[in-house]
Amino acid sequence: MTDLANRRPIGQKIVIWFFVLCWIIVAGFPFLWTMWGSFKVQGDFFSKADWTYALQGVRTQAETGAAFTGDGYFGAWVTKAFWHAALNTTIVVVSVVIISLSLGTLGGYALARSGKKYAFYLLMLALVFRAMPHITLVSGYLLPFFEWNLWGHLPTAIIVMVAINQPFTLWMLHSFFLNIPKDLDESAMVDGCTRFQAFRRVIVPVMWPGVITTGLFSFLLAYNDFTVTATLLSQSNQTMVPKIASFLGTTQTEGNVMFAVAAVVSATVPLFLLVMFFQRQIVSGLTAGAVKG
Amino acid sequence: MFLNKITLAGAFMALGTTAMAGCGISSGNVKILSNDFPAIQSVTAAASTCAGGGVTVEANLTKDHKDIMVAALTANPAQYTSVIASNSTLVTLMNDGLVRSLDALVAKHGDGLNPSQMITVDGKIMAVAFGANAQHLFSRSDILKKAGVNSIPETYEDVLAAAKAIKSAGLMDYPVALNTAAGWNLGEEFVNMYMGTGADFFKPGTAEVAVNNDHGVATLNMLKSLVAYSNPDYLTYDSNATQAEWEAGNLALATMWGTRGGAVLDDEGSTKAVSSNTVLTGAPTWGNNARPASTLWWDGIAISANISDEDAEATFIAMMKGISSDVIQANNSDTVWLGAGYMPSAASAGVSATAAAGAAPYPMLPFMGTLHGALGAEISDFLQGSESAEQALADVEAAYTAAATEKGFLN
Amino acid sequence: MKNHTFFWFILPSLVTMMLFIAMPIGSVFIQSLHIEHGAVLTEVKNCGPFGCKMEVQVDVEATSELKKAKPLGKFNGFGTYNNRNHLAVVELSQAWNDSTNWGTYFRKIYNLPFYRALAFTLTYTFVVTPLVLMLGFCIALGVNSLPKNIKGPTIFVSLLPMIVTPLIGSLILFWMIDAEGILGASLQWLLEDPNLSLKASPNLTWVMLIVYGVWHSAPFAFIIFYAGLQTVPADTIEAAMIDGASRWERTRYVVVPHLVPLIVFITLIQLMDNFRVFEPIVSFSAQANATSLSWIIFNDLAGGEGSFFGSAGATSVLTILGVAVLLIPVLFRTWRDFKGKVV
Repeated sequence: MTDLANRRPIGQKIVIWFFVLCWIIVAGFPFLWTMWGSFKVQGDFFSKADWTYALQGVRTQAETGAAFTGDGYFGAWVTKAFWHAALNTTIVVVSVVIISLSLGTLGGYALARSGKKYAFYLLMLALVFRAMPHITLVSGYLLPFFEWNLWGHLPTAIIVMVAINQPFTLWMLHSFFLNIPKDLDESAMVDGCTRFQAFRRVIVPVMWPGVITTGLFSFLLAYNDFTVTATLLSQSNQTMVPKIASFLGTTQTEGNVMFAVAAVVSATVPLFLLVMFFQRQIVSGLTAGAVKG
Repeated sequence: MFLNKITLAGAFMALGTTAMAGCGISSGNVKILSNDFPAIQSVTAAASTCAGGGVTVEANLTKDHKDIMVAALTANPAQYTSVIASNSTLVTLMNDGLVRSLDALVAKHGDGLNPSQMITVDGKIMAVAFGANAQHLFSRSDILKKAGVNSIPETYEDVLAAAKAIKSAGLMDYPVALNTAAGWNLGEEFVNMYMGTGADFFKPGTAEVAVNNDHGVATLNMLKSLVAYSNPDYLTYDSNATQAEWEAGNLALATMWGTRGGAVLDDEGSTKAVSSNTVLTGAPTWGNNARPASTLWWDGIAISANISDEDAEATFIAMMKGISSDVIQANNSDTVWLGAGYMPSAASAGVSATAAAGAAPYPMLPFMGTLHGALGAEISDFLQGSESAEQALADVEAAYTAAATEKGFLN
Repeated sequence: MKNHTFFWFILPSLVTMMLFIAMPIGSVFIQSLHIEHGAVLTEVKNCGPFGCKMEVQVDVEATSELKKAKPLGKFNGFGTYNNRNHLAVVELSQAWNDSTNWGTYFRKIYNLPFYRALAFTLTYTFVVTPLVLMLGFCIALGVNSLPKNIKGPTIFVSLLPMIVTPLIGSLILFWMIDAEGILGASLQWLLEDPNLSLKASPNLTWVMLIVYGVWHSAPFAFIIFYAGLQTVPADTIEAAMIDGASRWERTRYVVVPHLVPLIVFITLIQLMDNFRVFEPIVSFSAQANATSLSWIIFNDLAGGEGSFFGSAGATSVLTILGVAVLLIPVLFRTWRDFKGKVV
């Protein structure tokens, strides 16, 4: 929208600013609170006696001698080797994003360019596939995976997450490709390109905004996933989220809970960098896609 | 890069000393699947020192071990050579024939074991127990004294009277807590309380449920009277929450797991006033019955059926190392150890007293888990006052019957 | 596009979906039609650290022959679907016969686990979805009118509820809303009710879960709407302004129609995701007061001792059917668009 359209009376401006400020507080406060609390001991952050302990650091003072402590971070990263889980997450996330997008762009492009009925039915089928609760799927994999010795390895979790994520990826990319004018690839084909050549030379260079946005959602899915990673990975191949859950364990041991809190805060840092870096692309990507349906 | 760090640590230790690190195994794979709490962490860490040479030791300690257990051991060869089982999980594994008899292995390598550690089913040793656990009473002697209660309650009727005294003295609004989180925990509280009546859960020799009777109604009413003195959030109270409430000094009488004793009595996470006045006693009885309202649990080692005999032997030897008296002495306060070398302590007094008073073990019945699930889901309505005790028990019976039919226990 | 070209383009994607989604759905469906073989029970003597006792056990050898012959179990048709823990056909008609008015009838239905879960699932879906759409749209409008230099950080903070792992996010929130936690204590102070507990009463639990759902999903709607707002054609807006349209009229008649395809997309995804709600129920341990269909599945598979695959399969199939019914209006629209595309 232009600046002309954005000019508005001061009263309205105040209302809007106030609304946005409220939202920012609602959205950001729990996280800010967690970040603050990650430098306290469990007795303060999870105080059953008085929540203001978390502000004053009463128990933190008593147990460590200072108002802030880095014990949670030290415990998580050094003692409990959280870096290993972070490394596994990196491998999983990068692979999932790349494979999902490769499969999804091919499929999404085909669905967008085919006018046949079966393309529509495939899209509908993808929706049905997406409706299946993940936990049922995952518990169904267990026995065959154990039988064929596939359980516990990173590639298994990666391919499962790619597959589970495929319906969403297809839908999203399909709507992006609908927005890229048909003339582009069709004129390339008139010039003698095959369909695949046209895709590679003409479509690939202009599809990035859509791909990046879809990639963000794939990234979030793989990064945050618990059901698949907790059930299909062995302890040595754990990614960050099941690792954090394992800090809590079955019986919460004093101190370990704060490892989990510190790890949660640490795990948000890459997301921050990612959003800051891709902010512009995400928005322009979404713009190119579903908007015009 | 993806080598298990435990394996690595074990390998270094083995290199540092002798090639076999004193376990006497020369080859074999040891893979352990288990729950995740301190005693088990000590056991698996000690077992991991057997790694080296041709031996690999790998452990997967997770809260979700029950979800993958059956599938992991059904595969041939099984993904895990050993599962650290308890009363309930051993039955699940035996239902499908997934664990092997340990008779020969115990005869060959089980010299230091107490006879009481053997879990025998139909004369065959199916597991070797190393730790015991039970829910029992934790009391705050200072609060009780202030309220004019001079002895630690021995029955749940006493608990109710003491709670009333504490409340009317204005000391605490919600002095009582049980692990009443809806689901497994609440089911366990019903099982414990019902145990105190001395009645059976099932009609003898069958899978037909028998809790829908006067004993069941009385059990529910007792639970309801107790939660009346609990924080209104009681349906979210799992064992972590009750421990936190206890350490914060918000409770005076609580039924908690014995394994929490060590953590409650130490200084960490709590004030001196709370930890020094905490008294651990056996589980209360109620309704003029002699049997304590609690169930005894054990944790023990079971070995998979679908593995080679060589791996089974290596696993058994490594696990014997894991529960050896050195390990027990070094981690004395982790649990109530059953093996030689354990020194009873204040933290274990409650469990010992409960067992000595004749509490029954959690029933090793194939369909007990199914009933437990139905109880955990269906009785919260009654506790919240939205249905009658009879209706709640009828719901339990209906839910159990449908589920047990699906499992093939009922026709 | 030619059929065989289409085939090769879609093949990799289709293969993964067939292998990891379609085949499991098929096998789950078949499994849900079976129950386990009748177990042969025998009474044996069990001994342990706490003494000996005669107890019933499954005779594994006798049962294993049956299992080998028919590994799926005993065919039960739609028996599992109709039993008391699912559609409860018998109990429904019995409740009908026993009830004198609608009130008791509904109370009896609500006592059945499947319908109780369905009640919360549907309420959650139909309250959260529109609220997410509205809140997301308002935030997008608000953020869009901010000065350029503070837009970036604002967008990041707005995305936080969506990107912090739900399982952990709600664990921390669970502590914050505790009566002793910062939010719970503040609420007590605000409402001047020292006994207020968000975890205790059924109504407040529902409200809490719904508020969490809106909070968690609003960023998804926000980011998509925000992107959409960037493409509203400036000339149309300006033309409307020259025609004297008020701010509200411009939003209503120019911006919203432009965003309709986005609204459809978000509705589609949100209906589906909200219908499958279950993580907040587990993290807030709210199961005493609120259960959902996906939670029932979770409970069957991972809740206690041993898994109920047939039961979980039946609920999963019913969930898919439920989602399909919910999406019918959206699907009609997609079909219309699709036909419009075919020239």
